[in-house]
Amino acid sequence: MQVRKGCVTATVAAPAPDLTDDEWIEALRLRSDDALAALHRLLVRAARFEVGRRRAALPHLRGELLDDLAVQSADDALVALLAKLDDFRGDSRFTTWAYKFALLEAAVRLRRLAWQGREVPLESESWERLAAPGSSPERDVELRELLDALRAAIEEQLSERQRHVLVSTTIAGVPIDVLAERLDTTRGALYKTLHDARQKLRRRLAEQGFDVGAWT
Amino acid sequence: MSDERDLIRGVLGPQGPELTCEQCFEELDRYVELELAEDDPDVAVPGMRAHLDGCPACREEHDSLLALAERD
Repeated sequence: MQVRKGCVTATVAAPAPDLTDDEWIEALRLRSDDALAALHRLLVRAARFEVGRRRAALPHLRGELLDDLAVQSADDALVALLAKLDDFRGDSRFTTWAYKFALLEAAVRLRRLAWQGREVPLESESWERLAAPGSSPERDVELRELLDALRAAIEEQLSERQRHVLVSTTIAGVPIDVLAERLDTTRGALYKTLHDARQKLRRRLAEQGFDVGAWT
Repeated sequence: MSDERDLIRGVLGPQGPELTCEQCFEELDRYVELELAEDDPDVAVPGMRAHLDGCPACREEHDSLLALAERD
Protein backbone atom coordinates (compact mmCIF):
# COMPACT_ATOMS: atom_id res chain seq x y z
CA MET A 1 0.00 0.00 0.00
CA GLN A 2 1.23 3.46 -0.91
CA VAL A 3 0.10 6.46 1.08
CA ARG A 4 0.39 9.93 -0.37
CA LYS A 5 -1.19 13.20 0.57
CA GLY A 6 -4.97 12.89 0.55
CA CYS A 7 -4.98 9.62 -1.34
CA VAL A 8 -4.28 5.94 -0.87
CA THR A 9 -3.50 3.55 -3.65
CA ALA A 10 -3.76 -0.13 -2.75
CA THR A 11 -0.96 -2.21 -4.19
CA VAL A 12 -1.22 -5.14 -1.79
CA ALA A 13 -4.45 -7.06 -1.33
CA ALA A 14 -3.74 -8.53 2.08
CA PRO A 15 -6.29 -10.43 4.16
CA ALA A 16 -7.58 -8.54 7.19
CA PRO A 17 -5.27 -9.43 10.08
CA ASP A 18 -6.79 -10.33 13.41
CA LEU A 19 -4.66 -7.95 15.41
CA THR A 20 -4.77 -6.80 19.00
CA ASP A 21 -4.87 -3.04 19.55
CA ASP A 22 -1.14 -2.98 20.38
CA GLU A 23 -0.36 -4.97 17.24
CA TRP A 24 -2.40 -2.56 15.12
CA ILE A 25 -0.49 0.41 16.49
CA GLU A 26 2.90 -1.24 16.12
CA ALA A 27 2.21 -2.40 12.55
CA LEU A 28 0.87 0.98 11.54
CA ARG A 29 3.83 2.80 13.07
CA LEU A 30 6.02 0.61 10.86
CA ARG A 31 3.69 1.40 7.92
CA SER A 32 3.26 -2.33 7.27
CA ASP A 33 1.62 -2.85 3.88
CA ASP A 34 -0.67 -5.54 5.29
CA ALA A 35 -1.78 -3.37 8.20
CA LEU A 36 -2.36 -0.34 5.98
CA ALA A 37 -4.40 -2.40 3.54
CA ALA A 38 -6.45 -3.93 6.37
CA LEU A 39 -7.03 -0.54 7.93
CA HIS A 40 -8.15 0.90 4.61
CA ARG A 41 -10.68 -1.92 4.23
CA LEU A 42 -11.94 -1.22 7.73
CA LEU A 43 -12.36 2.47 6.91
CA VAL A 44 -14.11 1.74 3.62
CA ARG A 45 -16.52 -0.49 5.54
CA ALA A 46 -17.29 2.32 7.99
CA ALA A 47 -17.70 4.91 5.23
CA ARG A 48 -20.05 2.60 3.30
CA PHE A 49 -22.02 2.07 6.49
CA GLU A 50 -22.49 5.85 6.78
CA VAL A 51 -23.47 6.12 3.12
CA GLY A 52 -26.01 3.34 3.63
CA ARG A 53 -27.59 5.14 6.57
CA ARG A 54 -28.08 8.32 4.55
CA ARG A 55 -28.81 6.88 1.15
CA ALA A 56 -32.56 7.41 1.41
CA ALA A 57 -31.98 11.15 1.77
CA LEU A 58 -30.00 11.23 -1.49
CA PRO A 59 -32.24 9.36 -3.95
CA HIS A 60 -30.97 11.35 -6.93
CA LEU A 61 -27.38 10.12 -6.56
CA ARG A 62 -26.13 7.03 -8.35
CA GLY A 63 -24.78 4.14 -6.32
CA GLU A 64 -21.46 4.34 -8.13
CA LEU A 65 -20.98 7.95 -7.11
CA LEU A 66 -21.84 7.13 -3.51
CA ASP A 67 -19.38 4.26 -3.48
CA ASP A 68 -16.66 6.54 -4.85
CA LEU A 69 -17.52 8.93 -2.05
CA ALA A 70 -17.11 6.13 0.50
CA VAL A 71 -13.69 5.19 -0.86
CA GLN A 72 -12.54 8.83 -0.99
CA SER A 73 -13.73 9.25 2.60
CA ALA A 74 -11.73 6.20 3.63
CA ASP A 75 -8.65 7.54 1.82
CA ASP A 76 -8.82 10.83 3.69
CA ALA A 77 -9.68 9.11 6.96
CA LEU A 78 -6.59 6.92 6.63
CA VAL A 79 -4.35 9.94 6.21
CA ALA A 80 -6.02 11.72 9.15
CA LEU A 81 -5.79 8.64 11.35
CA LEU A 82 -2.12 8.01 10.64
CA ALA A 83 -1.38 11.62 11.60
CA LYS A 84 -3.12 11.02 14.94
CA LEU A 85 -1.81 7.52 15.59
CA ASP A 86 0.13 8.58 18.67
CA ASP A 87 -3.10 9.99 20.17
CA PHE A 88 -4.66 6.51 20.49
CA ARG A 89 -4.86 5.92 24.24
CA GLY A 90 -6.54 2.54 24.28
CA ASP A 91 -9.71 3.97 25.86
CA SER A 92 -11.71 2.04 23.26
CA ARG A 93 -11.04 -0.76 20.83
CA PHE A 94 -8.74 0.34 18.04
CA THR A 95 -11.42 -0.47 15.48
CA THR A 96 -13.98 1.81 17.17
CA TRP A 97 -11.39 4.57 17.33
CA ALA A 98 -10.63 4.08 13.64
CA TYR A 99 -14.25 3.98 12.54
CA LYS A 100 -14.93 7.51 13.76
CA PHE A 101 -12.41 8.98 11.30
CA ALA A 102 -14.19 7.39 8.34
CA LEU A 103 -17.68 8.21 9.64
CA LEU A 104 -16.72 11.86 10.04
CA GLU A 105 -15.23 12.12 6.55
CA ALA A 106 -18.22 10.40 4.95
CA ALA A 107 -20.83 12.33 6.94
CA VAL A 108 -19.30 15.70 6.07
CA ARG A 109 -19.10 14.80 2.38
CA LEU A 110 -22.70 13.58 2.34
CA ARG A 111 -24.06 16.67 4.09
CA ARG A 112 -22.21 18.91 1.64
CA LEU A 113 -23.42 16.84 -1.30
CA ALA A 114 -27.00 17.10 -0.11
CA TRP A 115 -26.67 20.91 -0.06
CA GLN A 116 -24.72 21.24 -3.28
CA GLY A 117 -26.32 23.93 -5.43
CA ARG A 118 -28.70 25.00 -2.64
CA GLU A 119 -28.61 28.49 -1.25
CA VAL A 120 -28.59 29.06 2.49
CA PRO A 121 -32.15 30.38 3.13
CA LEU A 122 -32.54 34.07 3.82
CA GLU A 123 -33.09 34.99 7.45
CA SER A 124 -36.43 36.56 6.57
CA GLU A 125 -37.69 33.21 5.23
CA SER A 126 -36.43 31.37 8.28
CA TRP A 127 -38.17 33.78 10.65
CA GLU A 128 -41.53 32.41 9.58
CA ARG A 129 -40.81 29.26 11.55
CA LEU A 130 -40.72 31.41 14.68
CA ALA A 131 -44.22 32.72 14.05
CA ALA A 132 -46.44 32.02 17.03
CA PRO A 133 -49.43 29.67 16.65
CA GLY A 134 -52.80 31.32 16.17
CA SER A 135 -54.97 29.10 18.37
CA SER A 136 -56.18 30.27 21.76
CA PRO A 137 -55.48 27.80 24.59
CA GLU A 138 -53.62 29.25 27.57
CA ARG A 139 -50.52 27.23 26.76
CA ASP A 140 -50.40 28.82 23.32
CA VAL A 141 -50.44 32.28 24.92
CA GLU A 142 -47.40 31.33 26.96
CA LEU A 143 -45.75 29.87 23.88
CA ARG A 144 -46.54 32.97 21.83
CA GLU A 145 -44.97 35.20 24.49
CA LEU A 146 -41.83 33.07 24.56
CA LEU A 147 -41.53 32.97 20.78
CA ASP A 148 -42.01 36.74 20.56
CA ALA A 149 -39.37 37.31 23.24
CA LEU A 150 -37.03 34.86 21.57
CA ARG A 151 -37.40 36.55 18.22
CA ALA A 152 -36.77 39.96 19.78
CA ALA A 153 -33.72 38.65 21.64
CA ILE A 154 -32.29 37.20 18.41
CA GLU A 155 -32.73 40.56 16.71
CA GLU A 156 -31.50 42.75 19.56
CA GLN A 157 -28.94 40.75 21.52
CA LEU A 158 -26.91 38.95 18.89
CA SER A 159 -24.19 40.23 16.59
CA GLU A 160 -24.88 39.94 12.87
CA ARG A 161 -22.62 36.89 12.60
CA GLN A 162 -24.14 35.20 15.67
CA ARG A 163 -27.61 35.79 14.24
CA HIS A 164 -26.64 34.41 10.84
CA VAL A 165 -25.09 31.27 12.33
CA LEU A 166 -27.92 30.67 14.78
CA VAL A 167 -30.76 31.25 12.32
CA SER A 168 -29.11 29.25 9.54
CA THR A 169 -28.25 26.21 11.64
CA THR A 170 -31.09 26.00 14.15
CA ILE A 171 -34.05 27.46 12.25
CA ALA A 172 -33.27 27.04 8.56
CA GLY A 173 -31.68 23.62 9.12
CA VAL A 174 -28.41 24.26 7.30
CA PRO A 175 -25.86 21.62 8.44
CA ILE A 176 -23.03 23.22 10.36
CA ASP A 177 -20.38 21.71 8.04
CA VAL A 178 -22.11 23.21 5.03
CA LEU A 179 -22.26 26.65 6.62
CA ALA A 180 -18.65 26.34 7.78
CA GLU A 181 -17.51 25.61 4.24
CA ARG A 182 -19.43 28.57 2.83
CA LEU A 183 -18.11 30.92 5.49
CA ASP A 184 -14.59 29.53 5.07
CA THR A 185 -14.28 28.46 8.69
CA THR A 186 -14.45 25.28 10.75
CA ARG A 187 -17.30 23.40 12.39
CA GLY A 188 -15.70 23.97 15.79
CA ALA A 189 -15.40 27.71 15.30
CA LEU A 190 -19.02 27.99 14.14
CA TYR A 191 -20.27 25.88 17.03
CA LYS A 192 -18.47 28.24 19.44
CA THR A 193 -20.31 31.16 17.80
CA LEU A 194 -23.59 29.25 18.10
CA HIS A 195 -22.90 28.37 21.74
CA ASP A 196 -22.16 31.99 22.64
CA ALA A 197 -25.34 33.13 20.87
CA ARG A 198 -27.43 30.57 22.75
CA GLN A 199 -25.97 31.68 26.06
CA LYS A 200 -26.90 35.30 25.30
CA LEU A 201 -30.47 34.31 24.42
CA ARG A 202 -30.88 32.18 27.54
CA ARG A 203 -29.61 35.01 29.75
CA ARG A 204 -31.92 37.53 28.09
CA LEU A 205 -34.99 35.32 28.41
CA ALA A 206 -34.16 34.55 32.05
CA GLU A 207 -33.86 38.30 32.76
CA GLN A 208 -37.35 38.71 31.34
CA GLY A 209 -38.71 36.06 33.70
CA PHE A 210 -39.09 33.14 31.32
CA ASP A 211 -38.52 29.69 32.75
CA VAL A 212 -36.39 28.56 29.84
CA GLY A 213 -35.57 25.25 31.49
CA ALA A 214 -39.23 24.25 31.38
CA TRP A 215 -39.19 24.56 27.59
CA THR A 216 -35.85 22.92 26.90
CA MET B 1 -46.98 22.21 20.08
CA SER B 2 -44.13 19.70 19.99
CA ASP B 3 -42.82 21.29 16.78
CA GLU B 4 -42.54 24.64 18.51
CA ARG B 5 -40.96 23.04 21.56
CA ASP B 6 -38.43 21.26 19.32
CA LEU B 7 -37.72 24.55 17.57
CA ILE B 8 -37.17 26.38 20.87
CA ARG B 9 -34.97 23.55 22.13
CA GLY B 10 -32.95 23.67 18.92
CA VAL B 11 -32.48 27.44 19.06
CA LEU B 12 -31.60 27.64 22.75
CA GLY B 13 -29.54 24.46 22.86
CA PRO B 14 -28.64 22.40 25.90
CA GLN B 15 -28.44 23.69 29.44
CA GLY B 16 -25.17 23.49 31.33
CA PRO B 17 -21.59 22.89 30.29
CA GLU B 18 -20.89 20.99 27.11
CA LEU B 19 -17.90 19.75 25.17
CA THR B 20 -16.69 21.45 22.01
CA CYS B 21 -16.93 19.65 18.65
CA GLU B 22 -13.20 18.87 18.83
CA GLN B 23 -13.47 17.41 22.34
CA CYS B 24 -16.53 15.45 21.25
CA PHE B 25 -14.58 13.83 18.42
CA GLU B 26 -11.70 12.98 20.76
CA GLU B 27 -13.97 11.29 23.29
CA LEU B 28 -16.54 9.78 20.95
CA ASP B 29 -15.13 6.25 20.73
CA ARG B 30 -14.71 5.98 24.51
CA TYR B 31 -18.19 7.35 25.13
CA VAL B 32 -19.79 4.94 22.66
CA GLU B 33 -18.09 1.91 24.17
CA LEU B 34 -19.14 3.00 27.66
CA GLU B 35 -22.69 3.27 26.34
CA LEU B 36 -22.51 -0.23 24.90
CA ALA B 37 -21.16 -1.52 28.21
CA GLU B 38 -23.85 0.46 30.11
CA ASP B 39 -21.01 1.85 32.20
CA ASP B 40 -22.11 5.41 33.09
CA PRO B 41 -20.83 7.21 29.99
CA ASP B 42 -22.15 10.55 31.20
CA VAL B 43 -20.21 10.28 34.45
CA ALA B 44 -17.01 9.39 32.62
CA VAL B 45 -17.43 12.01 29.88
CA PRO B 46 -19.34 14.96 31.37
CA GLY B 47 -20.63 17.45 28.84
CA MET B 48 -20.85 14.91 26.01
CA ARG B 49 -24.61 14.34 26.24
CA ALA B 50 -25.26 18.09 26.31
CA HIS B 51 -23.09 18.57 23.23
CA LEU B 52 -24.84 15.77 21.37
CA ASP B 53 -28.16 17.42 22.22
CA GLY B 54 -26.94 20.75 20.87
CA CYS B 55 -24.94 19.72 17.80
CA PRO B 56 -26.88 17.72 15.19
CA ALA B 57 -23.76 16.94 13.14
CA CYS B 58 -21.89 15.43 16.09
CA ARG B 59 -25.06 13.60 17.12
CA GLU B 60 -25.37 12.00 13.69
CA GLU B 61 -21.78 10.81 13.85
CA HIS B 62 -22.33 9.50 17.37
CA ASP B 63 -25.40 7.57 16.28
CA SER B 64 -23.53 6.03 13.38
CA LEU B 65 -20.52 5.05 15.49
CA LEU B 66 -22.79 3.54 18.13
CA ALA B 67 -24.63 1.50 15.50
CA LEU B 68 -21.41 0.36 13.82
CA ALA B 69 -19.55 -0.52 17.03
CA GLU B 70 -22.58 -2.42 18.24
CA ARG B 71 -22.19 -4.78 15.28
CA ASP B 72 -18.61 -5.76 16.20
